[in-house]
Amino acid sequence: MKIQHAIFRTEDLCAYYGDFMAIKHVTVSIPEHEVTAVMGPSGCGKTTFIRCLNRLHELTPGAKITGRVFLREEDILQLDPILVRRRVGMVFQRPNPFPTMTIYENVLAGFKLLGIRLKKKEADRIVEEALRKAALWDEVKDVLHRRGTFLSGGQQQRLCIARALAVNPEVLLMDEPTSALDPKATLQIENLIVELKRTVSIVIVTHNMPQAGRISDYTAFFYLGELIEFGPTAEVFTNPKDPRTEEYLTGKFS
Amino acid sequence: MNTYANEARRRMKNKVILSIITVLALLPAVPLFLILFQLFKEGLSSLSLDFFLHLPAPPGEPGGGIANAIVGTFIIVGLAVLIGVPLSIMAGIYLSEYGRDCKLAEVIRVSADVLQGVPSIVIGIVAYAWIVKPLGHFSALSGSVALALMMIPVVVRTTEEVLRLVPNILREASLALGVPYWRTVLKVVLPTGLVGVTTGILIAIARIAGETAPLLFTAFGNQFMALNPMEPMNALPLVIFNYATSPYADWWRQAWGASLVLIIMVLSLNIVSRILARRIAGEK
Repeated sequence: MKIQHAIFRTEDLCAYYGDFMAIKHVTVSIPEHEVTAVMGPSGCGKTTFIRCLNRLHELTPGAKITGRVFLREEDILQLDPILVRRRVGMVFQRPNPFPTMTIYENVLAGFKLLGIRLKKKEADRIVEEALRKAALWDEVKDVLHRRGTFLSGGQQQRLCIARALAVNPEVLLMDEPTSALDPKATLQIENLIVELKRTVSIVIVTHNMPQAGRISDYTAFFYLGELIEFGPTAEVFTNPKDPRTEEYLTGKFS
Repeated sequence: MNTYANEARRRMKNKVILSIITVLALLPAVPLFLILFQLFKEGLSSLSLDFFLHLPAPPGEPGGGIANAIVGTFIIVGLAVLIGVPLSIMAGIYLSEYGRDCKLAEVIRVSADVLQGVPSIVIGIVAYAWIVKPLGHFSALSGSVALALMMIPVVVRTTEEVLRLVPNILREASLALGVPYWRTVLKVVLPTGLVGVTTGILIAIARIAGETAPLLFTAFGNQFMALNPMEPMNALPLVIFNYATSPYADWWRQAWGASLVLIIMVLSLNIVSRILARRIAGEK
């Protein structure tokens, strides 16, 4: 499967928890400006895989990565993980705004926590832009200085998306971002993802097959730590090459 | 008919047992109220403006106050906080954020627990040997060091426990933004646990404010107003100890008054820390 412009390219990527090999020899190119869904049954290594892409994986005690991961042309395993994470945003399974910060401060967390000082005007602009991109501006523009934890779950998740977008990442990793949300909030986030891919590449882990079908352009299917299928979502869904993909899609196991 | 009688008996039994349990549950609170009652009864008459604003009268003369002891307690405890709290918080951060499963952390944890169990008189003697002896005179500072030693284990362990309660997803959210770990700890983890850490500090202060033994041969006591931490200084527990063991009836009365002042201070600290603790619980 040839990808013209890859945002990520992994070569023989393996990830371990102690002696347990959670990701096995994955070689894949993830296209730029598209939404790539990472699917597979529970415990197949989806989350571990995307946590390798911003080197969050190695923070787990005993965890280790081997192989290569290229972000554009640079091998991120050779870079300072802190610099990698500034270029690769992440949204987590459960909304996690910082409870001690206001909505405004949460959006600027990527600057504030690093000790970067912004002029008031600049800060206002970044906050508005990020919240607009995350489709949250209209709902919170009058309560910017209230705590982020007062928002509903779906709003909190969009706040976390705004927080990730505020630092202008090249790619956004999303780890089951809607699994803790109700259907309406889920729909809002899905629409947002489709909107966002114009400006940022997205890799999203999802358990939800219809969701992957609705929003993703490419699908990677993992099984027991191996990447067993990768291709345009329409193709993988309608004409899977691997019998295990087909069994999963038809609900034979989950 | 029979079932009805049974039911009435069962209700009766329930009521009896419930009242017994309630009485038993109230029993542990009785000593506290007896103490408060006694202190108010004996001490309230001593409380006057003079008592708070004046220095002790010469031995045997009636009147005078405990102004120097109140000021002294604030200085000695304040210094103890300045010495003990930064160390304890750093150790707590280390235990929670850096050394969760390593040997060194286990050694620190056990040491803190053992230190907590060291009798306060022993800590007083150690502070005497470390500071009073080399300097050649008693000083408030040596008392503060002794009290800091008593407060360190409490604050270390509460800091560790409170920081461990900070959800890991907040650390990850910060790290995923490219924030270094040490900044994440200082700017996300510590602020999130701040109320809890403060509660721990207040409880520790409440515990050391009334300690007498560590001060006996360190801060020693002083009949005059002392503000220099290198001098001997008076403190409320010392006043209580010295006056209560004196032969003068007026000093016994003042010892009761000083006890009342001390317990009111400690109780208020406890109440403030309770309110803070409730606020944490409310946020979750």
